[in-house]
Amino acid sequence: MAWLTSFPQLDDGYLRDLKKVIDEGFRNFTRSYGDMIEGFFSPLQTLLIWSERLLLNTPWPIILLVVAGLAWGASRNWRVVIGSVLTLVLIGLFGMWDDTMKTVSMIFAATLLSIVIGLPLGILMSRSDRFQAVLNPILDVMQTMPSFVYLIPVVMLLGIGKVPGLIAVVIYALPPMIRLTNLGIRQVDREVLEAADAFGSSAWQKLIKAELPLALPTIMAGINQTIMMALAMVVIASMIGVQGLGQPVLRAINNQYFTLGVFNGFAIVGIAILFDRISQAWGKRLQKHREVGHG
Amino acid sequence: MADPIGIEIRNLYKIFGPNPAAHVEAVRAGMTKAELQARHGHVLGLRDINISIAPGSIQVIMGLSGSGKSTLIRHINRLIEPTAGEIIIEGQNVVAMPPEALRAFRRHKTAMVFQKFALLPHRTVLDNAAYGLEVQGVPEAERYRTAMRWIERVGLKGFEKSYPSQLSGGMQQRVGLARALVNDAPILLMDEAYSALDPLIRYDMQTVLLDLQKEVRKTIVFITHDLDEALRIGDRIALLRDGCVIQQGSAQDIVLRPADDYVANFVQHVDRGKVLKVASIMVEPSGAEAPPEAAIDPEARVADALQKMAVLRLQSLRVEAPDGRTLGHLPFQAAIDAYTGQQGAR
Repeated sequence: MAWLTSFPQLDDGYLRDLKKVIDEGFRNFTRSYGDMIEGFFSPLQTLLIWSERLLLNTPWPIILLVVAGLAWGASRNWRVVIGSVLTLVLIGLFGMWDDTMKTVSMIFAATLLSIVIGLPLGILMSRSDRFQAVLNPILDVMQTMPSFVYLIPVVMLLGIGKVPGLIAVVIYALPPMIRLTNLGIRQVDREVLEAADAFGSSAWQKLIKAELPLALPTIMAGINQTIMMALAMVVIASMIGVQGLGQPVLRAINNQYFTLGVFNGFAIVGIAILFDRISQAWGKRLQKHREVGHG
Repeated sequence: MADPIGIEIRNLYKIFGPNPAAHVEAVRAGMTKAELQARHGHVLGLRDINISIAPGSIQVIMGLSGSGKSTLIRHINRLIEPTAGEIIIEGQNVVAMPPEALRAFRRHKTAMVFQKFALLPHRTVLDNAAYGLEVQGVPEAERYRTAMRWIERVGLKGFEKSYPSQLSGGMQQRVGLARALVNDAPILLMDEAYSALDPLIRYDMQTVLLDLQKEVRKTIVFITHDLDEALRIGDRIALLRDGCVIQQGSAQDIVLRPADDYVANFVQHVDRGKVLKVASIMVEPSGAEAPPEAAIDPEARVADALQKMAVLRLQSLRVEAPDGRTLGHLPFQAAIDAYTGQQGAR
């Protein structure tokens, strides 16, 4: 009765060979195409270095002013402005300014990349039910696959550093952007689209003048989610050499520095709340005239 | 103003389902809607529609929900593709137009007003009204100038910077109307444009449309489920039921000579005195002398004629054209019969 208690599995030798073949295949692939792929991703390197330099070289009072301006522009609410500035001041006082700027530049690049990739994919997804059916399971995998697993091939291909870190973050943060763009466009009122057609809009005009503006609040929710998920990846990305608030946390874990971990953890929470409030307030303000009331 | 143009709808069929073309022949041969649904799982939208719409007239298409009226109007600018048939406008078959030509046709020949207004909520009244011109690539200053003129004309001056959500339903539909008029297209399609409005506002908007029509002389296709509305504004009315036209004609024809029991049942609650014209029920000139004050215009309504007879204590009126010719006479009994609908004027 042994076959009932232990699950029948493939032959050990066969499994070993299988893993060996795949591993060797991938290693060969890495050896022959690694440089090419690294070259392909080098613009990301430029983007990352540029945004990091921008944030690190700008004097801190100007950063505070810009953040205050963004908060005011997005929310028109003094409490959000004061909260945002206070968060950054506290982070600076506790000696985490530079790490925070590095993290913010990483989040900025990841969000930008997610929008650039996610928006067109989301639009395509809203156009075709078949594409939606293909893409949905892929997005599910991207969101549920433990990030360590896809870090392995990324590191094998690109080594340790900023770019593989960025790619890992984007893989995790991209799905909500795609999904919510798709959802937002699919939810646009059919009669409004009919009106756009009836007045002779081209497909492009319909997209730009009706679909995207009407989907924008939902797309903004997608951007907000993307930012939040990117922040959640900060510590994991630090394991493959991404600098910023994640690295002190990693050090704290390894050496049991309780306070160091808590400080940096709260700094991450702080900027998460800051980003969330600003982008949500903006989304809400966009919403204002976008729903027609019948009166 | 563009010259009015007519619309010819010929042998139009619409079948909804996965493979509509396969069932057109069966429907042509007489398969009923229920049979098509039960045997092939396809829904018959429109069956053999033939309507000829005169340039510059208001054609009402009237029917209850599910009769296919909204489907029909969407064929005229091809928001819905027909299964078979032709729509001829200015010698061109809209059904056969390639996409580029269709877009140009929609931009320059037709404009549409929607039941639920279908305004762009993120745009101001002005930008909504100017949408058609914007799509055509008209420069901003010019399209705003044209849009402002029509916004004023529909009575929304001062609201051009408002957003649709800040306006009442009636005002939103004025924006919808302005948006359609700004295009200066010769064909105006109105899909239950007033059905979502309160009765009083609906009456106002009908008046706005009739006044405008005197000025712009467009070919208007007006969809409604409201018979009073149809009789008030339609030069001609087509009654639709289950995707078929069951009667076409003027308001007088439909009220006086309903094609079948369904139509008769429909028109029985109409205020006939206000719909029927003297000209539709008068009889041959009698030759009998009538006092000169007992003349009535052929376009006058039966209720007015009865009122006049009652006041003057007369048993008949002389029907007199505006140029003074005698066209016929209207006996009291004929007027009462027509008014009550008891015997039906012959």
